[in-house]
Amino acid sequence: MTLDQIIENRKAKVLDIQGGHGVRKRLSQMGIHPGDIITILRFGALRGPILVEVHGSQVALGRGIASRIIVEEVE
Amino acid sequence: MRIALAGQPNCGKSTIFNHIAGYKAITSNFPGTTVKYTETNIHINGYTCHCIDLPGTYSLTSGDPAELEARSHLLSGEVDVIINVVDASLLSRSLELTLQLLELEVPMVLCLNMMDEARRKGIQIDHQKLSKILGIPVIPTIAKTGKGLKELFHEVIHVYEEKTIGINLKFSKDIEEVISQTTSLLHHKGLSEKKVPLRFLAIKLLEDDPLFLTEIQGHNEMVDQIRTFQEKLGEAHGVPSDQVLSSERHALAMNLFEQVATVIHPPARDIRMGIDQWVMHPFLGYLILAIVFYAFFNFIFGIGGYAEKPLLGFFERWIEGSKEFWGKGSLLFFLTQGALHGISGGIAIVLPYLVPFLIGLSLLEDIGYLPRVAFLMDAFMHRIGLHGKSVIPFILGYGCSVPAVMATRILEFPQHRLIVAVLTTMIPCSARITIIFALVAFFIGPNAALALFALNLLIVAFSGRLLSHFFSEPQSLGLILEIPAYQLPPLKNTLKKSWYRIKEFVVIAWPILIIGSLILALMEYFEVEKYINWFLSPLTTLLGLPEIIGTPLIFGLLRKELSMIMLTQALGTTEVLTILSKTQIMVFSVFVMFYIPCLATIAALWREIGKKGALLAVLFGLMVATVLSSLIRVVLEVFPLW
Repeated sequence: MTLDQIIENRKAKVLDIQGGHGVRKRLSQMGIHPGDIITILRFGALRGPILVEVHGSQVALGRGIASRIIVEEVE
Repeated sequence: MRIALAGQPNCGKSTIFNHIAGYKAITSNFPGTTVKYTETNIHINGYTCHCIDLPGTYSLTSGDPAELEARSHLLSGEVDVIINVVDASLLSRSLELTLQLLELEVPMVLCLNMMDEARRKGIQIDHQKLSKILGIPVIPTIAKTGKGLKELFHEVIHVYEEKTIGINLKFSKDIEEVISQTTSLLHHKGLSEKKVPLRFLAIKLLEDDPLFLTEIQGHNEMVDQIRTFQEKLGEAHGVPSDQVLSSERHALAMNLFEQVATVIHPPARDIRMGIDQWVMHPFLGYLILAIVFYAFFNFIFGIGGYAEKPLLGFFERWIEGSKEFWGKGSLLFFLTQGALHGISGGIAIVLPYLVPFLIGLSLLEDIGYLPRVAFLMDAFMHRIGLHGKSVIPFILGYGCSVPAVMATRILEFPQHRLIVAVLTTMIPCSARITIIFALVAFFIGPNAALALFALNLLIVAFSGRLLSHFFSEPQSLGLILEIPAYQLPPLKNTLKKSWYRIKEFVVIAWPILIIGSLILALMEYFEVEKYINWFLSPLTTLLGLPEIIGTPLIFGLLRKELSMIMLTQALGTTEVLTILSKTQIMVFSVFVMFYIPCLATIAALWREIGKKGALLAVLFGLMVATVLSSLIRVVLEVFPLW
């Protein structure tokens, strides 16, 4: 499943990031790589961005980006 | 000695810089405040240090233009000591940049900033152990309060004298092998360690970094061999070589973090998380946004409106007095009146609104509200072909268009930058806000002013749609924006920042206002302005404004405030209503809100988006201003509201 399919307040583990060099690089700068654990905090209204927490910092990700992050839900 | 402050966005580099330099660099609580570097000279232990505050950069791989600026500076070979500032509460992520900086083999000090924040998150850091592993001094600091900064600069001198170069942590064995093969290839081809170490160059080439690949262009044989190495890495790990290295570095950073840091308790569940439950709520968030801006508006108008009237009256009495003293038609009266209009324009019309506005804006920036606005507005910005990050230049545009145009550097795509830069010039800057407050709110009523702001947003949104239609962008990446924790800024910093911005008006704009006012007085006395007014009469007639308004509009190109001051000068009174009708005031204000940006902004546009972009902004603004204000004129004449 992709990151935008996870429910609020659940955790997910990144399996893969689909997309080119650009997306991977910008996500890795925010500390998001395959293997990292992301907590989904909140969905923005009107298909707005998703607020997540990763390595202690909060990051807003647009839905387009989130749909390219393949994850699995973890406890 | 040349010192560079480098670190990820929003880690407090500028705060440290301001501590040593006095207030010179703007600080805010959102990523990307510094988009070009600021420098200062300081003296420590007999050394003259040239200290540079670089824009924040998440990594040394190429990114947006602000990051590129930081990177090219670090690679220029002109830095003697790097101070790597790190947000200790985000240590694991920040260490990835640290590892890359170490590859540059320049004397370096690691500044563990925001130790108070780390403690609150329950992160305990063994900075001595970290120092031992990396081979460089590690100094814990709290820049907000200045704690630890003295030791920091003490160590800077020390590493400069000792030439302390840190230790490069090793990647996995197979990767190190490819790196060393690449390094010896570069060595054989006669590439010397000119500016950057060969190991660094090798890693960048393996990462397929476009900037460094262009440097070896032409050496076909070498390029081919580099490609083979890249493929070798890629095949061994099943992912592209750039990803191999970035994952490797990430793993090293995480590993390092685990060695030196322990999370002793879960983050203290502080009130700030609770605040965000409301502020970023899908419904309440927008309500709060509306309330915040409404309160902000009333705060400015409350203070400004209260101060404007008595101050204007005061100067009006002086002008009356000078009329009696010098005689109505004398040159000396014209000059005195011109000077007094210039002075009163600053004190009575601009400052009463500018001061509360800038203090309010600084406060919003420092607390960290703006990234939340970006989060809330992202969905709407997508409707006009942009994304939420563009909200930040827009909001800065309410202060001054020049930094707003520069802030477009935080956007990744040139097409986005072009569109946002053109749009920010249409956002009323503090000078134009002053005009709206002092003319529309003051003479017609606060609601009319609010309506103008709403109209402005509508037009900006519509223009955004139009422009993104014409400059269709590549597949947009969408929003990736760090939302920093709220900060309670020391009031002193916020006031210093506001003063820094107010000073810009007092020392640069105000003298121009007074001189402009004097020139207009002279032009009136010698009846030169008639020709300008005649030249602009087609426009003023179209808008239904008196011909004498032509000259103030021309002066507005220098500084937007001038349109206002010149207006009172041209009308010969600050009692605007005796000469202009309310409809004419509205038409004038709408025109001034959108027409050609001031010269400083045009210069900034030229730098950021090129000659054509600047021309586009000028023509587009002029077109919108003319069409819209003539429309308003017709509407208000057909449906008179007053």
